[in-house]
Amino acid sequence: MLGWTLREVSAALKQGQITPIELCQKCLSLIKKTKFLNAYITVTEEVALKQAEESEKRYKNGQSLGDLDGIPVAVKDNFSTSGIETTCASNMLKGYVPPYNATVVQKLLDQGALLMGKTNLDEFAMGSGSTDGVFGPVKNPWSYSKQFREKRKQKPRGEKEDSNWLITGGSSGGSAAAVSAFTCFAALGSDTGGSTRNPAAHCGLVGVKPSYGLVSRHGLIPLVNSMDVPGILTRYVDDAAIVLGILAGHDPKDSTTVQDPVKPFVLPNLTDVSKLCIGIPKEYLVPELSSEVRSLWSKAADLFESEGAKVIDVSLPHTSYSIVCYHVLCTSEVASNMARFDGLEYGHRCDIDVSTEAMYAATRREGFNDVVRGRILSGNFFLLKENYENYFIKAQKVRRLIANDFVNVFNSGVDVLLTPTTLSEAVPYLEFIKEDNRTRSAQDDIFTQAVNMAGLPAVSIPVALSKHGLPIGLQFIGRAFCDQQLLTIAKWFEKQVQFPVIQLQELLNDCSSI
Amino acid sequence: MAAPVLRWGCPGTCRAIAWVYGVPRRRRGAWTGSTSSWIRGQSSLAQEPLHTSRKPRKGEHKWAAVVGLEIHAQISSNSKLFSGSQVCFAAPPNSLVSFFDASLPGTLPVLNRRCVEAAVMTGLALNCHINKKSLFDRKHYFYADLPAGYQITQQRLPIAVNGSLTYGICVGKRRSQVTTRTVRVKQIQLEQDSGKSLHDDLRSQTLVDLNRAGIGLLELVLEPDLSCGEEAATAVRELQLILQALGTSQANMAEGQLRVDANVSVHHPGEPLGVRTEVKNLNSIRFLAKAIDYEIQRQIKELENGGEILNETTLTTARFMPEPNLPPLLLYDTTSLPAGADSQQVINVDQIRERLPELPSVTRERLIQQYGMLPEHSFTLLNEVGLLEFFQNVIKETRAEPKKVTSWVLNTFLGYLKLQNLAVRERPRQQHVELVFEELWKNEGKTPAQIVSEKKLELMQDQEALEQLCRSVMQGHPEVVMDVKKGNPRAINRLIGLVRKATLGRADPAVIKAILEKQLSCHDSSCPPA
Repeated sequence: MLGWTLREVSAALKQGQITPIELCQKCLSLIKKTKFLNAYITVTEEVALKQAEESEKRYKNGQSLGDLDGIPVAVKDNFSTSGIETTCASNMLKGYVPPYNATVVQKLLDQGALLMGKTNLDEFAMGSGSTDGVFGPVKNPWSYSKQFREKRKQKPRGEKEDSNWLITGGSSGGSAAAVSAFTCFAALGSDTGGSTRNPAAHCGLVGVKPSYGLVSRHGLIPLVNSMDVPGILTRYVDDAAIVLGILAGHDPKDSTTVQDPVKPFVLPNLTDVSKLCIGIPKEYLVPELSSEVRSLWSKAADLFESEGAKVIDVSLPHTSYSIVCYHVLCTSEVASNMARFDGLEYGHRCDIDVSTEAMYAATRREGFNDVVRGRILSGNFFLLKENYENYFIKAQKVRRLIANDFVNVFNSGVDVLLTPTTLSEAVPYLEFIKEDNRTRSAQDDIFTQAVNMAGLPAVSIPVALSKHGLPIGLQFIGRAFCDQQLLTIAKWFEKQVQFPVIQLQELLNDCSSI
Repeated sequence: MAAPVLRWGCPGTCRAIAWVYGVPRRRRGAWTGSTSSWIRGQSSLAQEPLHTSRKPRKGEHKWAAVVGLEIHAQISSNSKLFSGSQVCFAAPPNSLVSFFDASLPGTLPVLNRRCVEAAVMTGLALNCHINKKSLFDRKHYFYADLPAGYQITQQRLPIAVNGSLTYGICVGKRRSQVTTRTVRVKQIQLEQDSGKSLHDDLRSQTLVDLNRAGIGLLELVLEPDLSCGEEAATAVRELQLILQALGTSQANMAEGQLRVDANVSVHHPGEPLGVRTEVKNLNSIRFLAKAIDYEIQRQIKELENGGEILNETTLTTARFMPEPNLPPLLLYDTTSLPAGADSQQVINVDQIRERLPELPSVTRERLIQQYGMLPEHSFTLLNEVGLLEFFQNVIKETRAEPKKVTSWVLNTFLGYLKLQNLAVRERPRQQHVELVFEELWKNEGKTPAQIVSEKKLELMQDQEALEQLCRSVMQGHPEVVMDVKKGNPRAINRLIGLVRKATLGRADPAVIKAILEKQLSCHDSSCPPA
C-alpha cells in the first residue's frame, strides 16, 4: 500500500480499507527502520499522530478535505514550520523554532496532510549531494535495494558491505530519501539550481520545479530569492500534479507570486503526442555525460519520434556561461540573505561579548560551515562598489541572455525540451567527497540550473535503471507557467517507460545488519 | 595671499555665494542668472556673526558655502512600509514588531499602498517627475538595529525625481520683504526606517527596540543649492508645512518624524567645490541653521589656518543589490491604466493629483488676495503652528476688518505669546480672545484689559474662592466623590468639569485638579470636610 499512488491511497482511506492513524503509524515505523538513511532531521511523531486523529474523525464524518487528507508528507528543513524546529542543517539555526508556517506548509496542512517530519539537506541548501549539513550526509535508499545489491554481488569480494553507500544528490536529499524509502507519499524540496530534480533523478523519483512565481516562497528560508522555488518530490507524476495544484497560486505574503487565479491541475491522459514538438538542446550533449544517460536520452527522443511527435535539435547558445553566471548571482544573494544571521534576534549566539562586532564575527564563524562562509565571502566581493559593474551587472546581463535562449526556442514552436537531469547515476559517498562542494555543485547543476535563471517549470522523470541497478532520470523543461502541459507530457512519458519500483523488502525486513 | 573670509556684508544679512556645479540656478523673483551671484538672506546666526563682519578688502578671496540636504520624513501611515505592524510613537519597546520586522528567515516584504501614495503625493507637491516604474534595492551594513543586515531603499530608480521646493526668505534692511527661492529636489525615495539602539554604558550593553524598524520613510535629496543655515532652515520649514498639508508626514522633528542631514562644503567662487562634511541628526529647525553655519565657519577657519577638511563618511561604502523579493513598482495614469484593472491593485497618479490639498504657497496667495495681506504676513501666519486657524476663526467670529485682524494677530497677539513664551495652542481660551477682539472692534477707546475685566474674562486667580467652589461642588456631588474613592480614575475629571462650569470656564483645570486632590486626600485621612 505504501507504494500506491496518492489517489489510490486516498480512495482506500475513503473506503475505510485503512485509517489515517494506521497509515501514519506504518510510515512512522518505516521512518524508525530507515533511521540510518539520515533522511529526517526532526521526526514529528506526535504532531503527525494528532493530525491523523483529526483526519480520522473527518473521514468518519464523511468530511474529508480532499486527496491529501490523511496522507503522510515530509518537508525539507528549510521551510518554516510553526512550533517545529527549523534548522537548515546549520548550527546557526539549531534550536530555532519559527512562530509561523511557510505558506506551502500551511496549504498542505489545510488539506489535512500529516506532517511526518523535517528532512535533511546541505547546510542552507548549498550543495548537490546532501552531504554537507551539520547533521551528516543522507544515504540513498537505492544503496540497499535488491536491484543494486544483486548487481554488486558480481563485484570482487573484500569490499565492506556498507562502505560504498550512495549519495542521494541534493540539496533536497532528505526529502528524496524519505519518499524513496516509502516513509511518506510526497515531500517538499526546494530548487534553486536543481536541488529538487537532482536528488529526484538519483533516487528514482518525480521531481517538479514549478515556474517561478507559481508557488509561494513565503516561509522558505532563502538561498537565492530570484531563483528559489518550492519543489515537489513524489513517486508518480499524478501525485506531483495533485500537490502542485494545492500549492500553486497567488500569496499576498509573496509579492513575486502570480496575480492571476490558478485553475486546478488535472492531468489528462495524453494518447496522441503527434502534435507535440520536442526540442533537444545540442549544448546539453557534453563530454562528461555518461554513455548510459546519453543513450537513454537518445532512446527517449526516439520514443517521441516513433509516436509521431516532432523531435528537433535546438540551440541554447549561452548555456556554457550559465554556471559561472549562477555562481556570481547566487553568492551575491547568499551574502545578502545571510546578513540577518547575526545572533541577535534568533538562532545561534556565541559567548563572546566584548563588542557587538566581535559577537557578530564569532557567531557567524561558529554558525556557518565552510561552504556557506565561502559563498558569503565571494558574494560580498562581487557586491563591492568597485566590482559590482564587472561581476553582478554582467552576470545579470548573461542571465537575461540565458533566459532569452529559452524564449527563442519556445517561440520557434517547441513545446518542451528534453534533456538529461544529471551527468550520471548516483555516485558512492566516498567518491563524491573527493571533490569539494563548489566543484560538485558546478558539475552537478549543469542541466538543471539554467532553468532557474529563466524561471521555467521543469520536471525530472525516472526512466530506467543503469547497469549498476541505479535510477537515471531525464528532464522536461516547459514554457513559463505551462506547468500543467509539462506535467501532462511527463505523465505520458512516465507511462511509456514503466520505471521499476524500488525493492527494499530485504532492507526493511532486516535492518539490524546495517 | 590675503586671508580669505566669508563675508557677512553687514550685520543682519547673511551673504554667501551660491554655486552649483557651474549649472546656472534658476530662481524665482529677484534672482536670475549666472553661475555665481550674491544672494542676500538672514542667517539665524547673523546677529552674532561667527567669523567677521568687516567688509572684505580688495583682492581678498571670498568664501562660498554649498549646502545640500538629505531629509528623512516618516510617512504618516497606520502600518509599516513592508509589514502589517502598527506605527505608533512611544509605544512600549518591541511591541510593534512583526516577524518580518524582526527579520525572521523566510519572511518577505509586502509593499504598503498608503506609503506609495504618500510618496507620489509628496512628489507631485514638489513638482517632481513621477517615475511610472521604480525599483527597490538592498543597502547592506551591519548594525544592531538593522535586523536583516540591509535596508530596503530605492537607490537605482526612485519613485520621484527632478522636483523643486520653493521657499520664501526675508530680505532687505529690516527683513521686511519676502523673496522666493528654489532648491532643486534631486529625488524622493521610499525606504525603511531602522530600529533604535539604546546604549546602557553602566552595564555596557546595548538594548534594541524594533518598533521603528520598517516604518516607511521618504528620503528627500535636495541638491546643494543652499548657501547658509537660514536658507536650509527655511527650506526645511516649507517642506514641513507641505508634508503636513498633504498629511504624508506629521514631520515633527522633536519626535524624529523629520530628520535632516546636511552636506556642507566651502570653496572659493570659480574654483572646484570643497570637500564635503556631513552634519547629521539635526532635530530642530533652529539647531539645523546653527549647526550648518557653525560647520561653514569651522571649515573656513580650518582652511584659513592651513588645515584640510576630512570627510569621514566616505570611509565606509555600503554594498547594494536589487531587492529580489519586490517586483518593480508600477504606477499608472489615466491614459496608461490597464483596461479592467482592479483599482485596489493599481495606483493612478492622475487620481492622486486631483486629490492634492491646498499647498502652503497657494494658501498664502489666497490670504494675500482675499485679505490684502502682505506676503511676509502670510508667511508668518503659516509658519506658527495653529496661527492660521486662529486667524481664520477670529475673522469668522468677529467679521472684523481683515487688515486690523492681521495686524492684531501678528503684532499684539503673537507679541504676547512670544513674551510669555507660549505656542499658539497654549493661548488663552479662544472664544475669549475673539470676544475681546470683537469688543475692541466695537468700542474703540477701551483697552483689552478693561474689556477682560468688564466681561469677567480673566483667569480666576483667587485661590480661596476656588477652594470654596471646589468644596461646595464636592458636597453637592457626594456620589462622584465616592466614585473617586473607589478608585475610578475618571471620576476626578467629572469634578474638575463641574468646578470649571461653576467658574464659567475661567479657571485653570490643573489648578482645580490640585485643589480637588488635596481636599480628597483630606477626606481619605478622615479629616472632617470643612
